[in-house]
Amino acid sequence: MSESLSEAPAAAVAATGLPGGPGAASAPPRRNDFLHYGLRNRKLLFGLGLELILVLVAIIGPYLAKNPPMYITPYPLQKPGGQYWLGTDLTGYDLYSQLTSGLRESYLVGALGAGCAALIGMALGFVAGWRGGWLDELVQMITNIIVMIPSLVLLVVIGSYLSSRSVLFEGVFIGLTTWPWVARAVRAQTFSLRSREYVDLARLSGKRPLSIILREIAPNMASYLFLVVILLFGSSMLLAASYDFLGVGPNNVASLGWTMNQANANAALNYHLWWWFIPPGAVLALMVFALLIANVGLDEVFNPKLRES
Amino acid sequence: MRRYLTRKLITYVLAFFVGVSIDWGIPHLMPGDPIQGLVSRFNVGSSAAYAALYKTFAQSFGLNVPLWQQYLDFWKGVLTGNMGGSIYAPGATVSSLVFGAMPYTLALLVPAILLSYSLGNRLGAAAARRKVLDNSVLPLGYFLQAIPYPWLALVVPYLFAKVWHLFPLSGGYDQGLVPHWDWTFVASLLDHWFLPFLTVFLVSLGGWAIGMRNLVIYELENDSSRYLRALGASERVVRGYAYRNASLPQLSGLALQLGVVIGGNVVTEIAFNYPGLGNLIFHAISNQDFFLLQGIFIFIVLGVLIANFIIDLVFVAVDPRTRLSMQGAAA
Repeated sequence: MSESLSEAPAAAVAATGLPGGPGAASAPPRRNDFLHYGLRNRKLLFGLGLELILVLVAIIGPYLAKNPPMYITPYPLQKPGGQYWLGTDLTGYDLYSQLTSGLRESYLVGALGAGCAALIGMALGFVAGWRGGWLDELVQMITNIIVMIPSLVLLVVIGSYLSSRSVLFEGVFIGLTTWPWVARAVRAQTFSLRSREYVDLARLSGKRPLSIILREIAPNMASYLFLVVILLFGSSMLLAASYDFLGVGPNNVASLGWTMNQANANAALNYHLWWWFIPPGAVLALMVFALLIANVGLDEVFNPKLRES
Repeated sequence: MRRYLTRKLITYVLAFFVGVSIDWGIPHLMPGDPIQGLVSRFNVGSSAAYAALYKTFAQSFGLNVPLWQQYLDFWKGVLTGNMGGSIYAPGATVSSLVFGAMPYTLALLVPAILLSYSLGNRLGAAAARRKVLDNSVLPLGYFLQAIPYPWLALVVPYLFAKVWHLFPLSGGYDQGLVPHWDWTFVASLLDHWFLPFLTVFLVSLGGWAIGMRNLVIYELENDSSRYLRALGASERVVRGYAYRNASLPQLSGLALQLGVVIGGNVVTEIAFNYPGLGNLIFHAISNQDFFLLQGIFIFIVLGVLIANFIIDLVFVAVDPRTRLSMQGAAA
C-alpha cells in the first residue's frame, strides 16, 4: 500500500512539467504527436510498408510453395518461371520454397538475437548506469572484452565441435555476442537520466531502485532503446546470413545464407546460375534496408531536432 | 596519458586471457569427443586398433594429462607460438599456416578499413545539411549498410569477372605462377586483390558515411558551432571544427567495428577463394582441423587487440583529453 501512496506525489510533480523532467509529464499529448508526425514521415511509411510486404511474404509465401524447402525435385537447374517460380538449384531444391522459408528463418533469428541482446544489455546497462562505482567498472570491462572477441571466428570454433545446431542456438549466440551495443547505450542514457530532478524525487519518496528504473528512467529512453533494438534486429539477420554462408548455421534448415553457401560451393558463378545466388541476398538486403529507413523515419518522429530538416 | 593507456592495456591483457581461456575451454565444454571424430576418419576395424590409435592421438595432442596441466600447456603453446600441427595440411605447423595466410588477409583488410573509413567520413561530412548531396548519399549509404557480405562477395565477382570479364574470378594469383617477387607475379596479385578488396570496402563505406553525417549534423547544431557563426566564422571553418569533433566518436566506432569487418573479410575470402586466414578457416572447418581453428582464433584475437591499441594511440594524438588524463575517449 505504501508503494502506491508514495507514487502519487512523484507522478503529480512530474505532471507539472518541472525542468529536466518533461518525459513522463507530457506523455499523453506526445503520443498523439508521434502518430501525427509518424503518419506524415515518408521515410517511416516507406520503410514500414516495404518491411510489412516482406513480412507478409515470409508468412504467406511458404504456403504457396509447391514443395517443402528441403525436398529434392527431379528437375535440377531449372530457370525461373513456369513450374518453379524462382528455378531450382543443382541438387533440385525448389528455390522459391527455399527463399520464402529462408525469409521466415531470417526474421526468427533476427528476433531471437535482438531479443536476447536487448534483455541482457538492458539488465546490465541499467545496473551499471544506476549503481555506478565498481559494478559499473566491472560491467564496462566485460563489455569491452566481449566486443574484442571476434564472434564469427568464435562461432566457427564452437560450431565445428557441435554436430547439431538449431535456429535457437544461432539466435541466442548472436544475442550473447551483440548485447554490448545495447548495454553501452542503456548505460550512457541511465547515467545522464539518473541525476534528473524527477528521479531524485522518486528516490526521496522512497521508491525502490527497480521501480524507479522501470517507471521513471526506462520510459524516458524507450524511443531511443527501440531504435537500438531495430538496428540490432537488422544486424542479427546479416550476421546469421554470414554464419549460414560459412556452414556453421542451423542444420537441415533452409536459410538465405545457406542457399548462398550452396551456390558458392557448387560454383554457381562459373555457370551463370544467377537465379541461385542473387535473390536470397537481394531479399535480405531489402529486409535490412527497409528496417534502416524505417529507423531513420522513427528517429525523426521521436527527435524534434531532426524533424525540421 | 599514462593512466589512460594503462587502463586500456589492462583491458587488453584481460581480453587476451579470456580469449585464450575460451579457446581452450570450448573443446572441453562441447558434447562429443574430437579425438573420437578424428579416429573414426581412419576407418579402423578392430577395437584394439581403435584404442591404440585413440591413445596415440590423445598423447600427441597432450590430452592424457590432468586438466590444469593441459590448460598450462595450452598457455605455454600460445606464448611460445607453438600451437601444434595441422590435420588439414599434414607436416605444417599451425603457426606456419597462419603466417603464410596473414599477408593476404592484411592486404585486404588494412586498405579496405582505412579507405572506407576516410572516404566514408568525408562523404558523410559533405552530405550533412546539404539537401542535394544528402538525398543521394543517405539512401546509398543505407543500401550499402544493408547488404549482406556473402551476397556482395558473390555478386561483385559475378558481375566484374563473369559478365564483364574485367578481373579474375577467384584465387590470390594466377594458378600457373609460383609465388616469388617479380613483376608478373605482383601484377597477378594486384589483379586478384582488387575485387575482394572492393567488396570489403563497399560494405563498410555506407556505415561510416551515415555515422559521420549524423554526427556532423549534431555538431552543427551545437552551441559551439552557433557561437563560431556568431563570431562571423565562415561555414567552412565551422564545418572544419564540426568534423574534428565528430571524428572522435567515429574513431571509437572504428575500434568497435573491427570484429564485424574481420568477420566480413572471412566471408569474402571464402567466396573469392582468396588465400588468406578466412580461406584457411574454411579449409579447417571442412577438414575438422580443430587445432588450426583454435590457433587462428588466437591470432585473430591478438590482431584485434593490436588494432585497438593502435587506435588508442591515435586517440592520444587527436583527443587532448586523453593526454591530460581527463575522461575522454569513452570507449
